[in-house]
Amino acid sequence: MTAPAVELRGVSVHFGRTVALRELDLVVGRGEALALLGPSGSGKSTALKAVAGFVRPHSGRVLLSGVDVTDAPPHRRGLGVVVQNYALFPHMRVADNVAFGLRARRMPRREVEQRVTEVLAMVGMADYRRRYPRELSGGQQQRVAIARALAIRPPVLLLDEPLSALDAALREEMLAELLRLRRELPDTAMVYVTHDQGEALALADRVAVMRDARLVEVGPTAQLYHRPRAEFTASFLGAANLLPVELVAAAPEGSDGSDGTVRADGLATVRLAGAELRAEPTGPLPAGTPVALGVRPHRVEVRADAGLPARLLGVQWRGTGFRLELELDDGSRLRADVSTVDGLPAVGERVGVSIPDGCPLVPAGAGA
Amino acid sequence: MTAVAAPVAATAPRERERRRWAPLLWLAPPMLVVLGFFCYPLALVVRQSLVSESGEVGLAVWRHVVTSPEFTAALGRTVLLSVGATAGCVLLGTFLALVLAFTPFPGARVVSRVVDAVLAFPSFLIALSFTFLYGSAGVLNAALGGGAGGPVDFLYGPWGVLLAEVTFYTPFVMRPVLAAFAQVPSAQLDVAASLGARPWRVLRQVVLPEAWPALASGTCLTLLMTMNEFGIVLFVGAKDVITLPMLVHTKGIVTFDYPAACVVAVVNVVLSVALYTVHRWVFRVLGTNRAGEGRAGAGLDPA
Repeated sequence: MTAPAVELRGVSVHFGRTVALRELDLVVGRGEALALLGPSGSGKSTALKAVAGFVRPHSGRVLLSGVDVTDAPPHRRGLGVVVQNYALFPHMRVADNVAFGLRARRMPRREVEQRVTEVLAMVGMADYRRRYPRELSGGQQQRVAIARALAIRPPVLLLDEPLSALDAALREEMLAELLRLRRELPDTAMVYVTHDQGEALALADRVAVMRDARLVEVGPTAQLYHRPRAEFTASFLGAANLLPVELVAAAPEGSDGSDGTVRADGLATVRLAGAELRAEPTGPLPAGTPVALGVRPHRVEVRADAGLPARLLGVQWRGTGFRLELELDDGSRLRADVSTVDGLPAVGERVGVSIPDGCPLVPAGAGA
Repeated sequence: MTAVAAPVAATAPRERERRRWAPLLWLAPPMLVVLGFFCYPLALVVRQSLVSESGEVGLAVWRHVVTSPEFTAALGRTVLLSVGATAGCVLLGTFLALVLAFTPFPGARVVSRVVDAVLAFPSFLIALSFTFLYGSAGVLNAALGGGAGGPVDFLYGPWGVLLAEVTFYTPFVMRPVLAAFAQVPSAQLDVAASLGARPWRVLRQVVLPEAWPALASGTCLTLLMTMNEFGIVLFVGAKDVITLPMLVHTKGIVTFDYPAACVVAVVNVVLSVALYTVHRWVFRVLGTNRAGEGRAGAGLDPA
């Protein structure tokens, strides 16, 4: 069995009295893309820095391909790193920036030239090798930064919010570029730090959601999106409405539904604003646990004749559609994304809301 | 309407005239100060250097002074001392800046402030403190038990002047270099290290090129100031150390040979202006290269 590309075992990082990362356990397989997703200050960049060797863990171990590198300096780890602001060397031309790591490895001149040409072509920057970084656009600079990191052929590529300094259009373009690189480099593991769930969903095989220096949840991208186990994951990944609901009766996981609470289709029955709904528990829900229903805004239907009565609080136009702010009769608020507002009553008037079966049911406060 | 338009039309040329002259009016006061307090005295010095004691106008004084062994020795000594002191300042200043910028230790800020404080002192104070420390009757000789004329005897020669100048002028290099180091994003250092570069390579290929303009500027400034240093040389009291400023002092104040003093002073000014020109040129060339518009760097492509 081959060792994983990256393994963090109980890694904690302290900056003075501030705990930036708390006992993180994480494994990244060879060739796998893992996104570290979380808001600012969640510890995701610190985790990446611990892998790169830029910060020394207060406790825990960092392993690369099974080798303990906790005490090894960054230049002995052989990782490719791409950071938010590119960090290109401004006094060097594009070709020299890309060749930097190869020269540091004392690679023969001819090979350096060959490798530089190859990676610049890979990122579509072959025509810019004589330029200085200041003569390039943000997107071009980021391409050079990626080429520089890839030139040393690292087994692991660490990307720290690589697209956040770019404008929306360039971000889309670079995201497509990164996806293409992923296909071209199937053996290179990627750890991708981002606060943008769209990037995480598009690029990663698995997502690790972080908050307050802790790992909240880690799992395959689709599973985390559709069946989050933590309330925070549901709200951060997909911006779900978290509606406090009453579990009609708790049932142990694996119940056959004979007690009526968890049906044969695996769905539980919950009560929201007086109406009964069927929801999918994403983990064990012991009796008495307060639970929340995660409903993504695009899954909420708003019709005059729908079952749940609500009041329309506001309408925002979002270009491709409208976001409605609604309040249910029990005071819960939720957001709904609809393509049209034709036929809807005015703000302040009553509407009907429909929530489909199968929305994830998570313990309230889990991961909060 | 016509009644209103006429005065406007009449005042327009006057307004244009006033606007044309306004910049000159602002320029006049500083120009007068420069002319009165710098150019005119300098012109007098140049004129005096061309008039011999017998009142003849010509280059006789210049010929006599610049061919004298005394002048040649002073010129050589000045260049040697200023280049030596500047080299010392560059080494020490860069080292201190590196330590303060990249190896933070408790009290680093205090050390930085103390070094800064040296900038506020008059240069002769350093020479004076050196006399108390390393002079023949200084603290060090007393501690070594030699008393007056003890074993430590370097102060009253070129080495004493050199050490005092290095001590005094090091902050002039350290301060701009430290500021330049602070501008290097830590991400650049991290990425360089991740690419396999050891600290020495990161320093040589990433940090120092970034700080090069600041280093060049500090070096030129220090060279300029050490070349014109007078207080330290005078207060150290080194008998054999006659530099150009000391020679001006000797000729003008001690032997009352004003024309000769003026010749040496003019040479000193010309050297300073030349250095300043080099400083500007170096700065411009570096700036151009950093902007990527100048001559080709050490790129992979020879073309």
